[in-house]
Amino acid sequence: MAKNNTIYVREEIIAEKPAPNLSKGIVGWLRENLFSSVLNSILTVIGVAFLIWVVPILYGFLIGNAVWPGEGVTKADCQAPGAGACWAYIEDRMSFFIYGFFPQDAYWATQEGFFASIMAYWRVNAVFLVGILLIVPLMWPDLPYKGINAILFFAVYPVFVYFMLTGGVFGLEEVPTVKWGGLTVTLIIGLVGIVVSLPLGIILALGRQSKMPIIKSICIMFIEVWRAVPLISVLFMASVMLPLFMPVGMSVDKLLRALIGVSLFSSAYMAEVVRGGLQALPKGQFEAAASLGLNYWKSMFFIILPQALKHVIPGIVNSFIALFKDTSLVAIVGIFDLLKTVLVANLNLDWASKNQAITGYLFAAMVFWVFCYGMSRYSLMMERRLDTGHRDK
Amino acid sequence: MADQDGPRRVAPKTAFFNDPKIRSIIYQLIVMGIIVAFVVAVAKNTAANLAAQNKTTGFDFFVQPSGFDIFFTLIPYDRTSYYWEAFVVGLLNTLLVSVIGVFFATILGFIIGVARLSSNWIIAKLAMIYVEMMRNIPLLLQLFFWYTAVLKTMPNVKGSFVWFESIVLNNRGLYLPKPVPDDRFIWVVGAITIALIGTFTLKYWARKRLEKTGQRFPVFWSSVGLIIGLPAIVWLLSGTNLTFDIPTRQGFNYKGGVGLPPEFMALLLGLVLYTAAFIAEIVRSGIVSVDKGQTEAAQSLGLKDGDRLRLVIIPQAMRVIVPPLTSQFLNLTKNSSLAAAIGYPDLVSVFMQTTLNQTGRAVEVVFITMSVYLTLSLLTSAYMNWYNSRVAMVER
Repeated sequence: MAKNNTIYVREEIIAEKPAPNLSKGIVGWLRENLFSSVLNSILTVIGVAFLIWVVPILYGFLIGNAVWPGEGVTKADCQAPGAGACWAYIEDRMSFFIYGFFPQDAYWATQEGFFASIMAYWRVNAVFLVGILLIVPLMWPDLPYKGINAILFFAVYPVFVYFMLTGGVFGLEEVPTVKWGGLTVTLIIGLVGIVVSLPLGIILALGRQSKMPIIKSICIMFIEVWRAVPLISVLFMASVMLPLFMPVGMSVDKLLRALIGVSLFSSAYMAEVVRGGLQALPKGQFEAAASLGLNYWKSMFFIILPQALKHVIPGIVNSFIALFKDTSLVAIVGIFDLLKTVLVANLNLDWASKNQAITGYLFAAMVFWVFCYGMSRYSLMMERRLDTGHRDK
Repeated sequence: MADQDGPRRVAPKTAFFNDPKIRSIIYQLIVMGIIVAFVVAVAKNTAANLAAQNKTTGFDFFVQPSGFDIFFTLIPYDRTSYYWEAFVVGLLNTLLVSVIGVFFATILGFIIGVARLSSNWIIAKLAMIYVEMMRNIPLLLQLFFWYTAVLKTMPNVKGSFVWFESIVLNNRGLYLPKPVPDDRFIWVVGAITIALIGTFTLKYWARKRLEKTGQRFPVFWSSVGLIIGLPAIVWLLSGTNLTFDIPTRQGFNYKGGVGLPPEFMALLLGLVLYTAAFIAEIVRSGIVSVDKGQTEAAQSLGLKDGDRLRLVIIPQAMRVIVPPLTSQFLNLTKNSSLAAAIGYPDLVSVFMQTTLNQTGRAVEVVFITMSVYLTLSLLTSAYMNWYNSRVAMVER
């Protein structure tokens, strides 16, 4: 066909015009997110006013006017009018906050320098180091050997921690638990809580789903009673009642009492999380396992639990976060966890000043926040990774 | 079918210990036996320990004079009062801080939850920072912080903050004016009651009429008029005179009005700010959970914006929000036991600490305290089950 000469048919597509200046770039973003309506503009103004009011105050207190550690910094600097947070005090007490009253190594305590200060508490630091070496590969989704890693962390590591800290064997000096303290104790309680509550919670959840009436009702009773009462009353109970439950003349270590209380308490919560995962599984999975001829425990371990636990990893991590925050309650029954060491150090007259206590609380808050926020980020990441797309999105 | 396959085969006889039913009974008996043995051993040990410490048992201490003071009580109490009165004081204090805390935490939580979904970038980020900060720091630490920050930074009695010449704040607490009704005020209370009953009747009638005729009745504004107007008219007609007991400075302290000690304020502040962060997350997830299609469906039905929210979106969001919200209320009540750490006389502090230490009746005291919390928890879950069955989605 001959070339059509109709002039009004365009042969090429017009190039896109750039968006109007008002709806792109910074201006567009501002218009869309901050000034899209009158109400929105008012809220923006209020929000900005709030920031202008708060940020300088916080900056001044935390950084600008804060007293940083250095040569010759004493409590007089913190007492000066207008002084902000007394970080020098935190730096001075750091080893107390981390290790409590744990005795220093005789040789390294006399040495100078950063390396010596690490080696002075080499037993505790070794525990930290091994813990990090085990937990990082366990949490890293792409790394292999999860099974061995889990066994090492959940079974071998607690034993290692126990012998490393209590001592009395292999030529290590014996350290009674009353000398443990600070972040070490907080982490130990958290670790024991996690190591005990996960398996116990799974067993309780399975028991609650069981068809055997006696086992089912025992599990329900256990779970509901622990979930109904506040942890602080559980800790009081553990500290006054556990000694009564023991044979006459036998005493229970104070830290152990708190560990038992915290572990039982958190396993009840863990059981409910795991139950959620069990209930979310379609019945066909149970039937499929049975039709393969697997017995109860085999079908649970190979078919049901791997799927159920995968579903509830975010829930499990959330209850770890709750558990970790709850460890601070042991301070009330007189155990030297991080919070208790801060409370005690706050009374210390070497740094007596107006902001001493607040600085101490801020420090403890930051430590707890870093751990808890880290865990919650991790749980979010796992949630996204494990969302294998069964739901239509 | 099965008949054509010849004689039905009898299941091969299994040994009795392989029969699932018998097995299950045996397992349960074993578990039962272990638990009974455990309980008996514990009971025996406890009895032996108590005997060794020359301690008596029983609940008779309830009617003995307590001999200790409590600085914040809702009922008359002094050191000659009995232990059961101390128990009631503690219980009431727990309930007081929990109820007020639940009220404010819900309001704040809803505001922050909605703010997190705001299209305004600054507001949404501020709400997010609040939530992430509050829920990742232990409540106990926050309580200590507020207690120190509130108690230590407030001025002394001499330099008290005074607002409207009636609200006083100093390092001994917050003082509010206390309303003192006279005899005729009872008529106003009656009018409020009638107005409330009237509102419910009106709502019911309006709904029936709507279903029958399709005509609408402005329920909301007529209810507002009823609840405010009726008592106001009765107030004027009865000539009642509501006076206020205003806190005044006498010597070294403020007297009169309602005095709230700093321990109470710190506990309330901590509980409200902490729980609000969790409630905000619940509210947010509830709102997000309502599918966008629901909004579009409501719009295509021609519902107005307000009706769309009220009749379609909020009921569905509430179904997701209420169950976890109730358990947050319960959490707040349980967390109020942290009062023991800052010295607010709640149930745990009065009963499980002071009473237990004085009487030494560990088993009885622990049993009673736990029963109280267990009862509260069972009541809450009973309500939650009722609510769930009422609003549960009717599936096809």
